[in-house]
Amino acid sequence: MRFAAKFEFLDEIREFVGEVARAGGFSEREIYNIQLASDEAASNIIEHAYAGISNGTLEVSCEVKNGVMTIILVDHGAPFDPSEIPTPDLTADLSERKIGGLGIYLMRKLMDEVHYKAEPEKNRNTLTMIKRKG
Amino acid sequence: MEITVQEFKHCDLITIKGRVDSATAPQLAQALEAANEGGKYKLVIDMKDLEYMSSAGFRALLAAQRNCKKYNRGEVVLANVPERIREALELAGFTELFKTFDDTLTAVGHF
Repeated sequence: MRFAAKFEFLDEIREFVGEVARAGGFSEREIYNIQLASDEAASNIIEHAYAGISNGTLEVSCEVKNGVMTIILVDHGAPFDPSEIPTPDLTADLSERKIGGLGIYLMRKLMDEVHYKAEPEKNRNTLTMIKRKG
Repeated sequence: MEITVQEFKHCDLITIKGRVDSATAPQLAQALEAANEGGKYKLVIDMKDLEYMSSAGFRALLAAQRNCKKYNRGEVVLANVPERIREALELAGFTELFKTFDDTLTAVGHF
């Protein structure tokens, strides 16, 4: 499913992955977490990969096979590897607390696997997230 | 997302309904900033009808908490946090930054 890379479409992206997860038999708690991880992933792509670009697109595909959900997000913006973003210090006090990297941290914690592949020669970045039924 | 503000003698009760994500979080941030600009630093956020909140919403809450706690002039507390949202806040290490209450009455009474 192709979406315009705009925050206004996050609702639809969450709905789309949520429907597939529900049909695949995931629990309501797992569905919420899958939606949250997908939102964080898409938000990062819109904010960073497509920084300053207003007509970007985001292709989201997902399937559930043998109790394993695979979500693939493809963009054509600047490469942005989530694994290069340092884990935020979650014990820092209020004044020291940084919010950057929190979305990626949540993605990694909520999903079982997160993989990223940049193919600059094809102008294509692929983020793959995997969640196994609990 | 829908935000309503109710003014009490000792604090403001801010009710957030619906979903907070990167699209709607700026609206939440604005509402919280508006309260601060009006000299209100003791804020209760009622999440009873909040369906969803991403890290974009957490960011708005953190900014508000920082501003409210400055000079010990107040704080942001949370009431009726739905289970899923509580879990995400916990995962993000946010539960220790905000007092949470099981109902709005106790939260308002905290101030």
